[in-house]
Amino acid sequence: MSARILCLGLVLVFAASYAMAQVGGEKRRSGYQDMGEALQKMQDDDTANPGMLFVQLGGQLWAKPAGAENKSCADCHGAAANSMKGVATRYPAIPHGADRPVDLEGRINLCRTENQKAERLPPENRDLLALEAYVAHQSRGMPIAPPYGPLLDAFRAQGEGIYRRRQGQLNLSCAICHDDNAGKKLAGIAIPEAHPTGYPIYRLEWQTLGSLKRRLRNCLVGIRAEAWPLDAPEYVALELYLMERAKGLPLETPAVRP
Amino acid sequence: MSNILVNAPKTAKRGEVVEIKALILHPMETGFRPGPNGRIIPRNIIERFTATWNGAEIFAIEMSPAIAANPFVSFFARADESGTVILRWTGDEGFAVEERVAIAVE
Amino acid sequence: MDRRLFLAGTAAVIVLPLAPAGATQEAMAEAIRKVVGTATPTEGRVTLDVPPLVENGNTVPLTVTVESPMTAADHVKAIHVFNEKNPQPNVFSARLGPRSGKAIVGTRIKLGDSQRIVAIAETSDGKFWMAGADVIVTLAACLEEST
Repeated sequence: MSARILCLGLVLVFAASYAMAQVGGEKRRSGYQDMGEALQKMQDDDTANPGMLFVQLGGQLWAKPAGAENKSCADCHGAAANSMKGVATRYPAIPHGADRPVDLEGRINLCRTENQKAERLPPENRDLLALEAYVAHQSRGMPIAPPYGPLLDAFRAQGEGIYRRRQGQLNLSCAICHDDNAGKKLAGIAIPEAHPTGYPIYRLEWQTLGSLKRRLRNCLVGIRAEAWPLDAPEYVALELYLMERAKGLPLETPAVRP
Repeated sequence: MSNILVNAPKTAKRGEVVEIKALILHPMETGFRPGPNGRIIPRNIIERFTATWNGAEIFAIEMSPAIAANPFVSFFARADESGTVILRWTGDEGFAVEERVAIAVE
Repeated sequence: MDRRLFLAGTAAVIVLPLAPAGATQEAMAEAIRKVVGTATPTEGRVTLDVPPLVENGNTVPLTVTVESPMTAADHVKAIHVFNEKNPQPNVFSARLGPRSGKAIVGTRIKLGDSQRIVAIAETSDGKFWMAGADVIVTLAACLEEST
């Protein structure tokens, strides 16, 4: 009798937890869900999230004239809340007339060199990250929606190839950690599913805001592979595939991660 | 350009206890860490944060290198009268920054 | 003779790595003495809210809450936080008063290693109250090339 009650109880508990896990039918997990409550709260509170310092700075840079044209982003694009809404969900993308995709920071630099007649900002430059964070923040909460096309799909396929290729002295692929072993622990921390939902992120390890490129380089160092040069097309190809994998998940910029 | 985020209510009832949160961009370099060249990076921290309400100090905190980069501080204050809250950060290398917040007490 | 030498050597190896930790525990005790003087802090009234398992020691959210009416006659004057294993034992010292309304202070700290944190509150009657917490710091897996 008591065994039957116990059985029934277990079935109910199982059913309840299964139902909870299936909310919205979404099985993929953002790195946000793998963080402890304290870090989730840090990300959620806009006056506690250190990434918001950079978003604020980006907003100031958006309105500041730059380059020989002495034009600001706002002079062409107006209020970012309207013009940039949803833009980050569609990057990397191929700029009009170009033959290869650029990531969001690449797009910002194109705007600088072509329209503002200003210098490119170097990778991980604070102002570049701040502008990128400000633009991506306008899409916070919106689902990732990659664009398609024969050329873009070819680069995306190249990205998937990189994702599945073993490399480095540890002879690991991205897929071995982030598909086959996601959720298991590495050095006490859950291995995330590697969805780039919140870039640029405020990584506590860095104590500052950083790009997906910087994070990917950390992964490459982790598997003892030689990191590609900062301007290598591999990063953009890999990001294309990662965004496809994360399609539909909401953007969180600026995310906080350990 | 301002690199400070402050969260304080614009209005409060007389006697209400309100929370004030402040975040500032700062490296909080400990002075214990070697740089890429192997030499110790000199200490560069915020040593002190104070809050005054119409000139009277309501909160102060002495920081050490153990405070995280981009320091965050939250504290409470009783709203006795309308006025200006001045938040002030001072530290190494002559660092001195101020932010003002007006709170109207009804 | 050889065996005795070996044993002595082993003992030295076992004791040595522990020595620095003991020294900084002492440094924390000394830093606390500087604040409380000859008084002995009483356990209680203080709540030290810090995650027991920290995902990255560079930024650890920490909140200290002290039970107090926060009146002119009975309030918390100061809140101090100390740690055992960072290069310095002091983390922060906050000054409060009746105008604070609530004796709650939040910030984020750095922890170089798993260790014990102690919070001490000084009340307007000259008494000291304390709470401690043990924190386990895990290390991030994939880092920069320079580290």
